[in-house]
Amino acid sequence: MKKFWAVFVARNLEFFRDRSTLIFNLAFPIILILGFAYAFPSGGGTTFKVGVVGGMPAAGSAEDIPFLHFQHLQFLPYAGLATPLDRLAHDQIDMVIDFSKKEYYVNEASSNGYVLEKMFAAGDSSGGSFTAGAGSTGVFSQKTVSGTPIRYVDWLVPGVLGINILLGSLSGVGFVIVRYRRNGVLKRFKATPLSAFQFVSAQVLSRFFIVAFLSTVIFAGTDSVLHFRMAGSWALLALVNALAILCMISLGLVFSSRIKSEEAAGGIMNLITWPMMILSGVFFSLEGTPHAMQLASRAFPITYYIEASRAIMLDGAGLAKIAGDLGVLAAMTLAFLAAAAALFKWE
Amino acid sequence: MNETAGPTPILEVRDLHKAYGKVKAVDGISFAVREGSCFGILGPNGAGKTTAIEVIETIHEPDSGTILYRGEAVSRSFKENIGIQFQDTSLQEFLTVRETLELFSKLYPKPRPIGEIIAACSLEEFIDRDNRKLSGGQRQRMLLGIALANDPDLLFLDEPTTGLDPHARRNFWRLVEGIKAQGKTVILTTHYMDEAEYLCDDIIVMDHGHIIESGKPRELLLKHFGEAVIRVPEAAVPAGAAFSCPSELEDGFVSFNCANTDSSLRELVSGGVDLAGISIERRNLDDLFLKLTGSGLD
Repeated sequence: MKKFWAVFVARNLEFFRDRSTLIFNLAFPIILILGFAYAFPSGGGTTFKVGVVGGMPAAGSAEDIPFLHFQHLQFLPYAGLATPLDRLAHDQIDMVIDFSKKEYYVNEASSNGYVLEKMFAAGDSSGGSFTAGAGSTGVFSQKTVSGTPIRYVDWLVPGVLGINILLGSLSGVGFVIVRYRRNGVLKRFKATPLSAFQFVSAQVLSRFFIVAFLSTVIFAGTDSVLHFRMAGSWALLALVNALAILCMISLGLVFSSRIKSEEAAGGIMNLITWPMMILSGVFFSLEGTPHAMQLASRAFPITYYIEASRAIMLDGAGLAKIAGDLGVLAAMTLAFLAAAAALFKWE
Repeated sequence: MNETAGPTPILEVRDLHKAYGKVKAVDGISFAVREGSCFGILGPNGAGKTTAIEVIETIHEPDSGTILYRGEAVSRSFKENIGIQFQDTSLQEFLTVRETLELFSKLYPKPRPIGEIIAACSLEEFIDRDNRKLSGGQRQRMLLGIALANDPDLLFLDEPTTGLDPHARRNFWRLVEGIKAQGKTVILTTHYMDEAEYLCDDIIVMDHGHIIESGKPRELLLKHFGEAVIRVPEAAVPAGAAFSCPSELEDGFVSFNCANTDSSLRELVSGGVDLAGISIERRNLDDLFLKLTGSGLD
């Protein structure tokens, strides 16, 4: 334990005394969050999102209303009403149409919903001027929902924290161990009675402490200005964060287990991080994206972190609802740790 | 050097082999190190010195061979009994010298008190300085301090004074002398022959992974060159004169390798050699290596 603690403390001192690294680690995500909050005060894009329950009508059928053929509308299929109505209530989609019950729903507080409702009716009164869609909206009855709109920044902040965890963990463990290996620090430790397990576990705990600290500071700092929505449990959010940090650190251990060159480490890190940042729903929802893209996102741990933390923060999800995400994160963590233990070399 | 009569050597190496691909970095070396001695491993770049020492330190696995510490095969606890100063090493950054020493001290079950290390390595003046901001000599002293963190019986120093100015080198020698005086055993690799002659009790000379000579420095010089070399102009030696000490012709001078300088001088005078222009030189380990390998030490 003494050896473990000595290496843990030394690593923390090394990080916190490196002011440029510390400032960069804090500044980048804070600037990102504040920048997006300023640029997109209410939403991340201009496309209207319409949830569809009961399946999209066949082209030319009696239910194929002109509204379905308008430009700049994205139709998102849902199996049941509960999820799209919840999302409608939080302004995450703009309208829901239930073809089986001939009902449509709008959020009475949503400006997008107001515009969409006018478009919905306008298609029916156009006198068949549309090239497709002969059905009538007259048979649909309107229903409204209400709820607190979710700003884009509320939706975005779990993603940015996820990126911070991802980059902080991969670079903080992956790059550092590769650098230690290249410049001989690992060799120096190898010459002592310190075991590989003691060294690696000290690095993991040190990085866990650093990333958790930075994430807390970033969240608290931006929350004091932007007042994020927090519908769920803080303790559960902390648990998700802790598991995600461990998972990303373990991933960093895997890719750093044998590499000797920082250039190679940089290339591999780009290979890992960029797809995760693009395909994990950090900046935009994956709803409506191609199936292959959604399938690819399931391979990334950050996807499960973002899903779980958004569910807690935005929807107030409890442990049961995010248990699947937690399970996948835990399984990935164990798999990464096992791989790192099998692959790790001092030199 | 292979004979181990008398007390059990603190370290014994038998038929050690280590190859990297087709390159035999260490090719069947054997030697024994007496407790309390300073043992030098000499050789040019690529001779296999560092590979040999790092295999012995258990940093690398040998391909074959035996390493005995106090008569027993090295075990996991071997690392607790040895101190190592690598040829090239880096440390965790943003730590002071004191913090670095404390870090390494905590990695051993029986560390030497930090105060003793500071005194033994003369670290007082920069003990609270960032370890990145040390001069070459100060850095080597700190690395020596780290190597002493566990109060080792056996200390490995791999080219510890390379790159240091003469003053810093001399200071470092004095520290090593102090360590020897405490009864510690030192294994030293070095390029500097004056360093080996000054510090080492026994040496081996390696080339291409082999030991090509071994013994005490003074005895090796006597064996190969005699006590001294008497050089006289070729013209000063009577034609056909023969002498008991071996001689060779070099650049217009005849060099006599003398086992005993006084008797050789008397023999030369009685043999009619004109001593005008005479020079008497003592050969060093550089000369020995040149003779053994046909090339100078890098």
